[in-house]
Formats: sequence, structure tokens, C-alpha cells
Amino acid sequence: MELVCPAGTLPALKAAVDNGANAVYFGFRDSTNARQFAGLNFNDQRASEGIDYAHRHGCRVFCAINTYPQPQGWQQWTSAVDRAADLGVDAVILADMGLLDYAARRHPDLPRHLSVQGSATSYEALAFYKENFGIRRAVLPRVLSLDQVRNVARQSPVELEVFAFGSLCIMAEGRCYLSSYLTDESPNTRGACSPAKAVRWQETPQGLESRLNDVLIDRYGPGEAAGYPTLCKGRFEVEGSVYHAIEEPVSLNTLDLLPELAALGIRAVKIEGRQRSPAYIAQVAGTWRQALDALASRGESFTVNAAWQDTLASVSEGGLTTLGAYHRKWK
Amino acid sequence: MLKLSLGPILWFWSKQTVYDFYGQAAEWPVETIYLGEAVCARRRELKAEDWFALARDLKACGKDVVLSTQTLIESEADLRRLRRICEQHDFPVEVNDQSALQVAIRRELPFITGPSMNIYNVATLAVLAKQGLRGWNLPVELGRDSLAQLIRGLRDEGLALDTEVFGWGFLPLAWSSRCFTARHYNLPKDNCEFRCLQHPEGLQLRSRESRELFRLNGISTLSGARYDLMRQVPDMADMGVTTVRLSPERQGMAEVVERFDQIRRGIAPAADPLQLVEAPPCNGYWYGQPGMALVPGNGDAQTTGFQGGCGPA
Repeated sequence: MELVCPAGTLPALKAAVDNGANAVYFGFRDSTNARQFAGLNFNDQRASEGIDYAHRHGCRVFCAINTYPQPQGWQQWTSAVDRAADLGVDAVILADMGLLDYAARRHPDLPRHLSVQGSATSYEALAFYKENFGIRRAVLPRVLSLDQVRNVARQSPVELEVFAFGSLCIMAEGRCYLSSYLTDESPNTRGACSPAKAVRWQETPQGLESRLNDVLIDRYGPGEAAGYPTLCKGRFEVEGSVYHAIEEPVSLNTLDLLPELAALGIRAVKIEGRQRSPAYIAQVAGTWRQALDALASRGESFTVNAAWQDTLASVSEGGLTTLGAYHRKWK
Repeated sequence: MLKLSLGPILWFWSKQTVYDFYGQAAEWPVETIYLGEAVCARRRELKAEDWFALARDLKACGKDVVLSTQTLIESEADLRRLRRICEQHDFPVEVNDQSALQVAIRRELPFITGPSMNIYNVATLAVLAKQGLRGWNLPVELGRDSLAQLIRGLRDEGLALDTEVFGWGFLPLAWSSRCFTARHYNLPKDNCEFRCLQHPEGLQLRSRESRELFRLNGISTLSGARYDLMRQVPDMADMGVTTVRLSPERQGMAEVVERFDQIRRGIAPAADPLQLVEAPPCNGYWYGQPGMALVPGNGDAQTTGFQGGCGPA
């Protein structure tokens, strides 16, 4: 199984490569990718340096162009595909059907991966993308249980990549408009969820408050750890009770499922987190490299090392991890 | 004249409530009715055969009927239900997911894309138009400017497709494998006791400052404020929009349809549908603002001070 790691910056890319990534993925410095953060992502010069570094170390490079172009931005997105092709990336990760069509016709030899933002949750959906745009690989949304992944994998016409570790989207990706409902930016339109520009922190007599476009997302008592106000992870009131009505602030961690994912023929595991630091990437990539190597050498006698879990928990949101939708009871 | 449609019922209603609703809708001035379960696989008050029979009845009443499909497809059982809908050839289908796209195309069934399909540019529409696409819904998060450019682009490409805009109701914003209603009741999703039946307008989710943010509806999350583009109907007609979609609610729907029918005929409605039902109004998406925002227009002055989820952007 391939280890696919995020690269938000050149140092993060190098950290991933140095710590055993088989492939890294990056985006350009604009809203053509789903992690549009200030100070993050690559211009052509940096991308070229990164691709060169990765290739010299035997690591492949994918370019994510996985937001949805509107008519006024169409040329910016097609130009991003052209630039990725010119830079010599090993694959582009796309979501929009129009852009997939463009890439398939203009750059037929450049491998196309379907982004998680393409919302393909069944083998029928995968067949649609394969037949229409010749995708080679697809990243599955984080909403499927292990049994459902098994069913998709059994009949998938393309290679599959699944999320292994990092932030957990609990809504079907590519079709979540919660962020643009509260702010004016969403992952689809601007590559941003709960954008930093709309975040405000405030100490009040009731506690520390986090707001998104003035909407109270959470309020923390003394000693409570405060997290980024991703809107689906706030505490809200429903019928008089206040709780994490949508999801707790936890991270996805599928280390326990690694042997099963391998047995299903999953081709690659993906680490989320282009917004993370090089130190984080180094720790997470290194830990998953050890796990994948152990799986390859020990096969059925593979067991999860407690130290790996400790490392991953220590860098997780709120120090907590979950198997998410892979584990049916989570639902 | 601009057409009116009734979108699929997004809430979970009892079989009798559904029949009563469509019994009345048959008499309303709407041209198109979307029928079927678009949200949750566990909602089976009506079976496929029941929906087909209802579709035939409404067609006999002169309505154009479209069969809606589930928005989040997860299991083999979901695919079976989807294929069952696509096996008939009497009605086009509303495709709400790429699985449905594949099944409808393979069966050469005409289809319309629902508002949860990611149609953001003309190139995407051109791909689908070659394969049976008859009409499309604007994604709810897109506004007037994008719509105008999309319609212009369709004309430039010579593509004759019906353009539909979600114009009234709680906006469907997200779908998850988790059921938020079951979670609220501490019940497992697979044994949810069908609690959604007790919430025919969803569960209200508020901020801790009592601001209405969302409505939880099983696995789906809707807006806490009600989208209302009634006053934008004349503008839409001028732009070339074919159909305005109204999303079903149990109370006051006849009046809502009546107001929209009046305004498309050039008659200024006597009262706003906003005043009929309890939820703050919003229209931000239309103006390229946060969806929850309310941009005041002519005659809206009395609603701008509303204490709800539609504060200033």
C-alpha cells in the first residue's frame, strides 16, 4: 500500500519525502485547491523544486486542483491543469466534471485521480467517472463504513485511495455547503471551510468564545482545551440540551484497520493536513511508514504498536481519535 | 411563463400526510412535482410502487412528474432502490448523486440534476447534455451572478436545457453517514425508532445565543432560516430561468404557491409568505453573500430587524 502525504509547503514536502511517503500532494497558491490558507501552497517555482526533490528520492507527486470552477474562474482552473502538466506531476487530483473532461482531452497521458470532493460513494459512481473521464484512481469519501468500502472495492473499476489519518469531515465531501451558509466561502467555491478570516476569539465573563462570522460556535470553561471553530464541531443547543450536536473535535485514525484495508486491495492510504507543520508531517508520515513496513514484513501477524498510537494521539485534534464512519457504531 | 415546481419532500412524513399533501398539490398552480425519498434509506412509509402510483395519479391531473433519487448512496441496498426507480420509463428522474447519473445514463433515461449535484460551469453541463440531461438545478450556494453567466454560456454553446432555481424553503446543505436525529436521542442509526416522524419540520439547532442556525433532518442538515427568493422571481424570468422550486412544508404551502403564482403573473402579492410560518428568512446566497444573510429589498424593510439566524453578513 502506498503512503500519500500532504505538502502545504516545500519544507513539509521534504519532511514527507524524508519520512517515507510514496507520494505527496500539493496545490497551487490560489483557490483552485481545497486548502486555500494564507501562506500555504506553491507557486510554479516552489512546485518545480518540490517535484524535483521528490522525484530524486523516488517519491511521486500529485497536484490537487479539486475545487469547482465557476464561469468567471474557468480559465484560472484550466490553466492550473496545464501548469501541473508542464511541471511534470505524476497525476492531477480533480473533482469537477468539466475540468476532468478538459484534462482528459487536453492532457490524455496525464493520470487523473478523482478527488474526495468528487463525492463518489459507490462503484456505479466510480464507473461514471472512469467511463467518462478515464480516471485511474479515486479517493473515497469518509462517510463509508468498512463493509461499504469492502463492497465498493470488490467492484471498483479503478484503484482506490482512502483517508487514513487527520481531520475528519463527517459530511459527504464535495456536497457540504455549511461553511458558505455561515460565511461566504465553502470548500467547493473557494477551497476553504470555516475560513480564518471569519474567525473571532473573545474572552468573556462566560468563558473563551469562538465565533465564525459572528455566530457563536463554542464557549470554553476554565481548563477546557479550545479548538479551531470548524462549524460542524461546535457545541449547539437542540431541544434544550447543549452538546456537540454534529461531531466532537476529534481526528480520524485508521491504524487499527490497516490489515483489513490492505486485504480489500486498497491501493493507497492518505494523510490529511496540508495546513500542518513540517514537524507534524514528519511525525505522522514516519509513524505510518513504520506501520506499513511492519504490515508488509509481518503480514497476518501484524499488530499495532502502542507507541505509534501514542504519537498519533499526541498530534490529534483534542488528543482524541476515532475510526469515524468506518466503524458502523459511530453513525 | 416561468414554471413552478414542488421539490421532493425532504422531511419524514407519515404515509397519510404525504397522500394528503399531494391530494392538495394536485389542485395547486405548479407545473412540475418531484416525488420520492431523497434523504434517508430507512424512510419507507411509501414503497417504490406507492410512489409510482402517486406519480401516475398526479400525471393524470396534468402535472409533469419527476422521480427523485437518494442523495447519499452508501450501500448495495441503496443501489437496488436506485435501479428500481430507473427501471421504469414513464417518468424522468432527478439525479442527486453520481451513482444515479451512471444508472440513468446506462438505461437511457432522461434526467434532471438536483441541487446537490455539483454543476458549477458550462463544461460540466455540456458533458451531461450529451447523455440525457434535460434540465438542471443551480447548486444552492451559487447566486445570481454565476447563474447569469451559466445561462449565457448555455446559450453560447447552443444547449437547450431547463434551468431550475431553489426559490423557497429550508436549504439542503449537507448529508452525512451519521444520523443527527438518532444522535440527538442517543439511538443507534440502525435502530433509530424513526424519530424523524416526530419532527416533520426537522429539529432546530441553535447557537447558545439562541440564533437559529440549522435544521437537523436525519442524515441531512438544512438551513435554519428559510430561503425566500419570491421578490427575485421577475428578475429570474428575465434572465431565462425556466422553473422556480418550492420545497414542501406541511403548513401554509398552498399560500406559498399562491404568492409565487401571483408574482410570476405580474401581480404583487398582498402578503409575504414569510409571515405565514415561523422561521427567519434569508436570501444571502442569491447576492453572493453568506447564505444565512438577509439582503433587504423593496418592501422587506419590516423583516430586517428579525431576531433570527439572518444577522448582517
